[in-house]
Amino acid sequence: MAGRAIARSNMRAGKRFMSTAGWWSHVTPAPRDPILGVTEAFLADTHPSKVNVGVGAYRNDKGKPVVLQCVREAERRIAGSKFMEYLPMGGSVKFTEFAIRLAYGDEADVLNDKRVASVQTLSGTGACRLFADFQKRFKPESLVYIPIPTCHHNIWRDARVESRLFRYYDPATKGLDFSGLMEDVKNAPSGSFFLLHACAHNPTGVDPSEEQWKEISQLFKEKGHFPLFDMAYQGFASGDTEKDGQAIRIFMNDGHQIACGQSFAKNMGLYGQRVGCLSVICSTPQESVAVKSQLQQIARPMYSNPPLHGAEIVSTILSDPELKDLWHKEVKEMADRIISMREALRFNLEKLGSKLNWQHVTDQIGMFCYSGLTEEQVDRLTREFHVYLTRNGRISMAGVTTGNVEYLANAVHEVSK
Amino acid sequence: MASMASRAAAVTITNAALDKPSHGSSGNLSQRSFVGLRAGLVLGQKKENLSLSFKVEPTSRISMAVAVDVSKFESVTMAPPDPILGVSEAFKADSSPLKLNLGVGAYRTEELQPYVLDVVKKAEKLMLESGEFKEYLPIEGLAAFNKATAELLLGADNPVIKQGRIATVQGLSGTGSLRLGAAFIQRYLPGVKVLISSPTWGNHKNILNDSGVPWSEYRYFDPTTVGLDFSGMIEDIKNATDGSIILLHGCAHNPTGIDPTAEQWGTIADVIEEKSHLPFFDVAYQGFASGSLDNDASSVRQFVARGLELFVAQSYSKNLGLYAERIGAINAVVSSSDVANRIKSQLKRLARPMYSNPPVHGARIVANVVGDPSLFDEWRSEMQLMAGRIKGVRQSLYDALSSVDENGKDWSFILKQIGMFSFTGLNKNQSDNMTDKWHVYMTKDGRISLAGLSLAKCEYLADAIIDSYYNVK
Repeated sequence: MAGRAIARSNMRAGKRFMSTAGWWSHVTPAPRDPILGVTEAFLADTHPSKVNVGVGAYRNDKGKPVVLQCVREAERRIAGSKFMEYLPMGGSVKFTEFAIRLAYGDEADVLNDKRVASVQTLSGTGACRLFADFQKRFKPESLVYIPIPTCHHNIWRDARVESRLFRYYDPATKGLDFSGLMEDVKNAPSGSFFLLHACAHNPTGVDPSEEQWKEISQLFKEKGHFPLFDMAYQGFASGDTEKDGQAIRIFMNDGHQIACGQSFAKNMGLYGQRVGCLSVICSTPQESVAVKSQLQQIARPMYSNPPLHGAEIVSTILSDPELKDLWHKEVKEMADRIISMREALRFNLEKLGSKLNWQHVTDQIGMFCYSGLTEEQVDRLTREFHVYLTRNGRISMAGVTTGNVEYLANAVHEVSK
Repeated sequence: MASMASRAAAVTITNAALDKPSHGSSGNLSQRSFVGLRAGLVLGQKKENLSLSFKVEPTSRISMAVAVDVSKFESVTMAPPDPILGVSEAFKADSSPLKLNLGVGAYRTEELQPYVLDVVKKAEKLMLESGEFKEYLPIEGLAAFNKATAELLLGADNPVIKQGRIATVQGLSGTGSLRLGAAFIQRYLPGVKVLISSPTWGNHKNILNDSGVPWSEYRYFDPTTVGLDFSGMIEDIKNATDGSIILLHGCAHNPTGIDPTAEQWGTIADVIEEKSHLPFFDVAYQGFASGSLDNDASSVRQFVARGLELFVAQSYSKNLGLYAERIGAINAVVSSSDVANRIKSQLKRLARPMYSNPPVHGARIVANVVGDPSLFDEWRSEMQLMAGRIKGVRQSLYDALSSVDENGKDWSFILKQIGMFSFTGLNKNQSDNMTDKWHVYMTKDGRISLAGLSLAKCEYLADAIIDSYYNVK
């Protein structure tokens, strides 16, 4: 085609710095997502006993995805809505009010004092990104400390905030490296920003105890550090939303001005709807209005305003006592199933006579179990037993069922004995 | 300290293993050493916040004995109010029965009510009945939506699609799609400037600023003709450095309503080709402007047919009334499927740390509507209805202006303009008069939203415009 020939010859003659091969020869393919690779390999496997414990979403005992009854009912109620216009930049006010009540407790002083700035976000990731951009804008020289291991690097990297790591997981105990954590918190420059997982740490499942949280909070006060909580599993971890929020309550009651990113992906099963909330406790109502206005300014050129549907579902559930009760019941069922699978896995491993200590399987909490398996052992699990998980040895307990737990235990025992 | 150093070494390796961010300040992140402690001076901090104000040598340590009580966010100022939101708020506060809200950016019926399309209701009903799961979408979005949106844009038979030369990633409506495109430009074409029309949608500047992409303007609106300053536009595009990026409105230019003709598009394409520029189309009104999906995409298709590479951001906010569900797409039409795959993978890499994966609801609605022939037909009818109402209102306004105006001014630009918005040619003082005297709410640049105008109000509006134009300087 003449047009194309002209275009090509013009590109060759062009004075810009682009390579003559066109605009994009320097665009390399992005590295493959490791978790996606696990799922794809699992799907391609035809072995009848294959097990997928790489999945990051809840599954029932039949290994199927679940949509909660309270969600289905909420959807029915909001169907046929006459409103589909833009939400405000900060999202649904009704939604954020319910979300922060859940996070901080209905009677929290900070709520009564109206000094919590809150905006609806694109789930947990969106909440973290909004905060990271806010941090960059208003504390441009600040750093963020993130735990080893975690899944947040890319967010702060793309927000151009320098990150440091603090010790968290102890491979020797498969538990918390509390002294390492406290030392790193102490050594960080005062007024540093710290990302903390409120409950059910991802990917290790290792959480500080209540006592440990209290000590961490005290040290944070001494150092004037800023705590940002990522709370993606409230209710999903222990089955009790109040209990899962205890770290936040401890810090809040100690007077910290925390920020909290909430996600409703797991605890309400709204993964694809992208429902979340970012809240920031401020010192005065005026300040919270200013902070909210600035968070909105960051959201506006990113997506203008957040999606409505998921927020409506959450509001409908949390505003109706019956639906809210149903939700509490259903989230406890999910948490209980996971806990019982942890017990079953450990029981089976011990029954098989494994000489290793599997206590961490039941000590850890939430969707994930950091098994302690090496990469070679993981590869064997996949190759020989058709068990799929990420190479860091992270087992998604959501993928464990009464139907496959014995097979799984046997496989793990075989590769680790 | 030693253990920190060993952790730091692990971090540096991790960062280096990622694709090099290349250029700009993000490049420093992967090379900076994390060994040791640093505290920098935080600019603009009040005295009480000086816990952060110590400069420390890399290998020494400082321990702070006392925390400070002042809020970390005391320096956060109140953001300026949104200009368009301000219009709606002032309108709400006005108790006059004559008031008219022409600031609204969403379609309204003749009764000035919001409108949820019938096909959307039907699609949602289908979705509710089928009880679909709510699992995460892939980072690039719903496959059925991506396929549908590319076909809507280019035409299902377009060879570009068959050849796999289009990369499509679901985005958070037009804004989110533009943002992905801008972020990609910042990373892979650092320093390259984007030229935007003068005027343009206000958020374009915010998106480019927050992405760190430099921009400048090309002439567009000619106040003397209340039309297109075509020679100015061409000149500015010609004068730009070779290999710049030109942001174009595919149809129904916001805020002016003024679109180039097909012939003018051809000339624009000529100049862009000559200068090896990259066109970036913002397509927010396909089907909503003329009532025809194909007609409204003709500018983009013209460029694609000439073999040009280009970016396109799409939105379904207006044409499917899905404002609240944030559904759109960023597309890259490129020279080969290999390039398309690489670009798609990098767009995903930009989306992941922003929101992980896009929302499913709006995507499913679009896929359901487009995937069902009878729903698709019905959608076409509803679009024609919406576009038809706007055209009818334009005609009525023009008729009213022409009959009220005793000085014979040519108001036909109202008919030539297209889409939701119209630049009336009124200046700020005149626009203020519209509001203060006539309770007509609009933006200060003279823009009115035809979507907020009913046939019944055209005469009143004509009176207001004539008065403001002739009696206010």
